Order: sequence, then C-alpha cells, then structure tokens
Amino acid sequence: MEPLHPGSAIQLEDVTKVFDGVVAVDRLTVLFESGRTHVLLGSSGCGKSTILRLILGLLPPDGGTVRVGGQAVDASGRPGLSGRMGYVVQEGGLYPHLTAYRNVSLAAEARRWGGERIRARIGELARLVGFGDGILRSYPAELSGGQRQRVSLMRALMLDPPILLLDEPLGSLDPLVRADLQQQLKEIFTPMGKTVVLVTHDIREAAFFGSTITLMTGGRIVQRGSFADLVRRPASEFVTAFLSAQAPTPEMRELLH
Amino acid sequence: MRTTPPHVSTPGTRRSSGRAQAITALAAVILPLAWGQAACTEARPTVRVGSKTFTESYILGEIVAEVIERTGEARVERKLGLGDTGIAYRAVAHGDIDLYPEYTGTLSQAILKDPSARTVAEIRRELAGTGLTLGSPVGFNNTYALAVRQEMAKRLRLSSISDLTRHPELTAAFSSGFTDREDGWPGLRRHYGLDLADVRVMEHALTYEALAQGEVDVIDIYSTDGKLERLDLAILDDDRQFFPAYHAVLLVREDFISRFPRSWRALEGQLAGGIDDRQMSRLNALADLDGQGIAQVAATFLGSDGPDDLRERRLVRDVLDLTVDHIYLVLVSLGAAVLLGVPLGILAARHEGLGQAELVAVGILQTIPSLALLCFMIPLFGIGKLPALVALSLYALLPIVRNTYTGLIGIDRQLLEIAGVLGLSRWQRLTRIELPLSSLHIMAGIKTSAVWTVGTATLAAFIGGGGYGDLIVRGLALDDLSLILSGAVPAALMALVIHGLFELVDRVVIPKGLRKTLSTSL
Repeated sequence: MEPLHPGSAIQLEDVTKVFDGVVAVDRLTVLFESGRTHVLLGSSGCGKSTILRLILGLLPPDGGTVRVGGQAVDASGRPGLSGRMGYVVQEGGLYPHLTAYRNVSLAAEARRWGGERIRARIGELARLVGFGDGILRSYPAELSGGQRQRVSLMRALMLDPPILLLDEPLGSLDPLVRADLQQQLKEIFTPMGKTVVLVTHDIREAAFFGSTITLMTGGRIVQRGSFADLVRRPASEFVTAFLSAQAPTPEMRELLH
Repeated sequence: MRTTPPHVSTPGTRRSSGRAQAITALAAVILPLAWGQAACTEARPTVRVGSKTFTESYILGEIVAEVIERTGEARVERKLGLGDTGIAYRAVAHGDIDLYPEYTGTLSQAILKDPSARTVAEIRRELAGTGLTLGSPVGFNNTYALAVRQEMAKRLRLSSISDLTRHPELTAAFSSGFTDREDGWPGLRRHYGLDLADVRVMEHALTYEALAQGEVDVIDIYSTDGKLERLDLAILDDDRQFFPAYHAVLLVREDFISRFPRSWRALEGQLAGGIDDRQMSRLNALADLDGQGIAQVAATFLGSDGPDDLRERRLVRDVLDLTVDHIYLVLVSLGAAVLLGVPLGILAARHEGLGQAELVAVGILQTIPSLALLCFMIPLFGIGKLPALVALSLYALLPIVRNTYTGLIGIDRQLLEIAGVLGLSRWQRLTRIELPLSSLHIMAGIKTSAVWTVGTATLAAFIGGGGYGDLIVRGLALDDLSLILSGAVPAALMALVIHGLFELVDRVVIPKGLRKTLSTSL
C-alpha cells in the first residue's frame, strides 16, 4: 500500500485546455492539498469535469502542467497513474455486461490479484457501503441508481487509491436517496484521509462536503475558500448571483443571519 | 430446358493488388481447412469430365463419362454443370477437368476471339501450344434461330428473318446471352436492318411460355431444342446467313489423350458424327420434356440399360451427400469470415481513415456479382471447393466487418476511459470490455452472414463446389421443378436451422447483463 498523505496533492499550473476553439480550462493554477475533500463547483460547461479528466491523464493539456504527488501526469493522454486514483462518474459508468462483483474486481484482476485476496477486499468494501449478500451478484441493470453509485464507489476504492475523483456522483439520484448517500459518503471519506475532488453544480452538496470550495466559470476560478467565505466575502457579483440562483440552503441562511 | 449452346460471359480477370492481398490473406486461413477435403482424393487415375449448365451439355458430358467408364481405364469424376463458358473453359485450361463438350462457334467467338477460325481444323491450329485440342465434330449444329407462332407465320406470311423487316410492330423476348452477343441480336439487327417494337430480355426457359401466350411474337431458339418437335413453332430461315455454326466438339486436354488412349479412341468411335440435329433434339426432349434423368438419356443413346437405382433413391442419397457438402461450405467459409472479419472490424474501429477505406473495400467486394466473383477464383484456385470457399468467405465478410466496427465505435466513450483508469491493458480492454459490449452487434453480423452464406453457397455448384446448388443447377437446366425444390427447400430449411442455432449461440456468447439491459430498455 502506498503512503497516503504526502504524495497525493494535486497541482495544476497554468493549465489550458481547448476543445474545437472553445476554451474549457483557461490558464488555471490550483493546488488540491492532500488528505482533504475539495469541491469544484460551477454550472455545466464551466470546465470542472475537464479538470478531473486532465488529472486522470485522459486528456493532454494544451498548456501548463498537471502534477499528482509532484509527478507530472503523462501528457500522452493515457492514464499513467492508474491504481493511484479512483474515479466515479454521474451514472456510475458500470459495465452492463459484468455483474456488480466483476465491475468491482476488474482493476484487481488487471493486476492479477488472486481470487481470495479479491474476495476479501470486496467483502471489506461491501461492509463499508452497507451491502448485504446478493447485491453484488446482480447486473447493473438490476440495481437502483443509489446501489449503482455505491458499486461504482467500491470499484473506485478497490485498490485503495490515495486520490478519489468524483464527477457529479449523486447527480442522477432522486432527493431522498441522494441525501442518504451524501451522508454515507461523508462518513466514508472523513476517516480515510484521502484526497477527494468532487465535482458538482449543487451548492447544497458543495456546502455539505467541501472543506474547500473552488467556484468556477468559463474555465477560470472565481473564488476559493470555505462555504462561509463564499457567502460572507464573495469575490465578485458572480459569486453572489451563483449562490442565490439556487434555493438558499439552511447553512446559507444561518451564515447570513 | 435450356438447350442453350455457347452461352458466353467472359468476366475480366482484373484484380486490384488490394484484393489480391486480401485473397492471399484469406487463402492462408482457408487453405489448411480445404486440404482436409483435397487429401481425400485417392491415387487411382481419375478423369474429370465437365459440362456446362444446360441439358445438352449435361447429356453429352454424361455420355462421355459413361464411355470412358466402360473402357475401365480410369475412375470418372463428373464435374457436370460448371457455370458458363468462362468457368468451363478455365477449368479445362487449368487442368481441373480433362474435357467437356463445347461448340465451334463459342470457341472462335468467345474463347479464341477470332471469328475467322471457323472449322474444327482451324480452331485446332489456334489451340496449338495451349495444351488443348478438339475431338472430331459430334455431328449436330446447335445454332441460334428465330421462331414465331405457326399461326402468325401463316397470317403475316413470315418464312425468313428478312420477312421480319416488314413488321416493325412485332415484339420479341430474347435470352440474355442472345441480347448481349455480337453474334446474337446486336449483329443480327445490323445484318438484316431489323427493327422491332419491343425487345425484352428473359430467362430462356420462360420465352416459350411468353410466345405461346402471345405476350411476345419472336423468340430466339436453338436448332437442337427439345421443344421444337412438340411445339407449334415456325422457324425463320436465316436467309442471309448471319448465324455462325455451332458444331458440337469435345474440348480436351492433350495430356488426357496421351494418358488414356483407349478412352479417347472409344470416345471418337462413339461420338464422331454420331449425333445429328434431329437426334440431339430428341435426346434433349427426353430430358427436358419427358423428365428422364440425364443418366437415363445417356444410356438410351448408348443402347444400354439405364441406371439401376430408382431416381428417388438416388435423389435421397444425393440430397444427403449434398447436405454434408453444403454444411461444410457454410461452416468453413463462415468460420474464415469470422476469423478475418472480426479483426478487420477491430482494425477499422481503431484507425479512422483506414476504417473508412476498409469498409468501402469490403463493400465493393459485395457488389461484385457472385458468379463473377466465383469466376475470378478459378485462375487462382481452380475449380471445386477451394475457390467456392474463398468466394463465399469474401462475401460473408461485409456484415461481420461492418457490425464489428459499428459495435466498437458505438461503445460509450466514458466506459472506455474508465477501463484506462482501472489500469486495463489494451488486450484486456478489448477482450473484457469492448468485444463483450459489441457482442450483440457482432453476433447479429455473423448471423446475417450465416443465413446469407447458406443462400450464396448454392452458387458454388457453378464451379464444381457441390452443395445444394448442384440440384438447383441441374433442375434449372432440366426444367425439373422437383429437382430445383429438392435443392432449394433444404437450403431454405438449413437457413432457418442455422438462424435458430445462432439464437442459442447468442445465449452463450452475449453476456447475460447485456441481454438484461436490452430487455429492460426495450
């Protein structure tokens, strides 16, 4: 197992990414300190998902450098750091032809873990997300949205990576399941001490998870800070406008009064 | 019922280097499989007798086969019903058969392409150096002629082709060979200055019916046609001598004559000048109109007893043998097409530019008429199973390549990215993610190809590849519906069975989760 804390900071320096002439990420410099939960907040198209994919090495940056634990991410566009980063996407991104169990075990199989070791690790993860017997034998199509996201989380945690990248992980869930899973995710992340970067457009979710929130628009950072900083000391009109565009959260009301 | 003589189509041998490469690659896959069959041929000297696919040619071929068999000099393998002139000629030139009945007119016009060589002696001279030669003329001249209804001939006072110039309102139905050939309608039209109101192209067997029904007024016929004696037709005199002569002769490999001198002497003794127009016409009628088997007709001519087993018993045995043949053709060619098509599909999906070029190439392959594709195979692989397998595999390629390609490029990009994040190697990604995810598409492509191949495999008979096509080709030549059906019905049944089997294979090959997704998303 790799040392978790020191080597897992993520640093973007002057990073630019352009898609067909549209600037998705614009000379962005940011440090996601290791061992904390960071939220990338912004409306869709602001470049936040692109940042995750740059960190994963799925996209080469058009300018600047992405470093993970001090090491530059392979700019060939091929993930060079697989195994050190877990990735969860909105709809789960599960393979429909594999059972939940096989979805989770895939990364370990690729590394030729033995069946016993895989079973033991999946047992731990199932307890972590609160799965009973049977669920893992199902195919993704047979699971509920919440169950699918838990499987996806198990898959991301399979190799116990120091870094976890979550792209709108709760985005497609209905409100009740969402609130439930939010709580569960927080309980899982806090003791693990992983570097978590969570992308969302939901202020409530940002407030709930984020030790630091990075609010973005047009590929640039508008403001970084705690939720309280954003509410009390907005860096611009945009921050206030963005925060008030969604129904005020209880946390917000509390902070403002 | 086609007493068609010399029907010619001479598809070129144009080959792009790309296709040549594809063929070489395919051969590498198929050759080892086809060897199994080839190895079965035993050491005893064998003579291969060919014929083309019309009654007269079958009858002559069968007579030749029986005459050789009687000498006991060699075992005879009958390769009767080999496509058209192009196929039969290539087969004898290539040594896949030793001899087959041909016509002087066809030899000079279509094979030597030298209309000045008319007589047997002239043609023999031109063949010198090719390893081929001619026997003595059999006697009859099966040339083209035009026929009208007797009743109309009287009413319009038609007795010669020249008389037609007075009646431009008449309509005609001609067989496709006749309409295309310089020594057919185009030349005839110029020679006589003819003009007809409407000229339709029809399958020869159907033109008689069209004439009898009064749908058309003029048809092309052959001077040894079995129907001539029994239908009320008036044959128009070729008063300005346009049609070349089509004297029947045996086109034979010289090495056959030196290896089997007794057989050759027997053939010359039995056949030279042995059959005149009337007699050939009668023999054709026995097969075409009275439904006698070819072997029976040949026996009648040779003055011997007919084949001892009943036609039905022979047919059942034929159908069983041909079923094995057909299954072999379908499975081997489909197997080769899968082994080649899936990797080609993967390649196409990996490289965008190459992929498009490849799909176009495979698509073009598909547009080559199947018979022409079979013809291309002869100079490369001779006749028999091997060229049929290669051609069938090439034909089966398109749905497999295209569906593999479509399946692969249709996979959600995100799922592929995740495979990378999970650390799967390229091979693991292909085998564990991409191919299973496209399995629905790929299997659908293979299924299409399989059913399709069962159908196209019937064409293998044209180049001596065997299979149900044998019965269909023979039945078409003899206008024997039951014979056609005895090939066509099992082929259709086989298509259904194969389709059914693939439904079962789907259950094994397509991952359960995908079938679930499908059923819930439908």
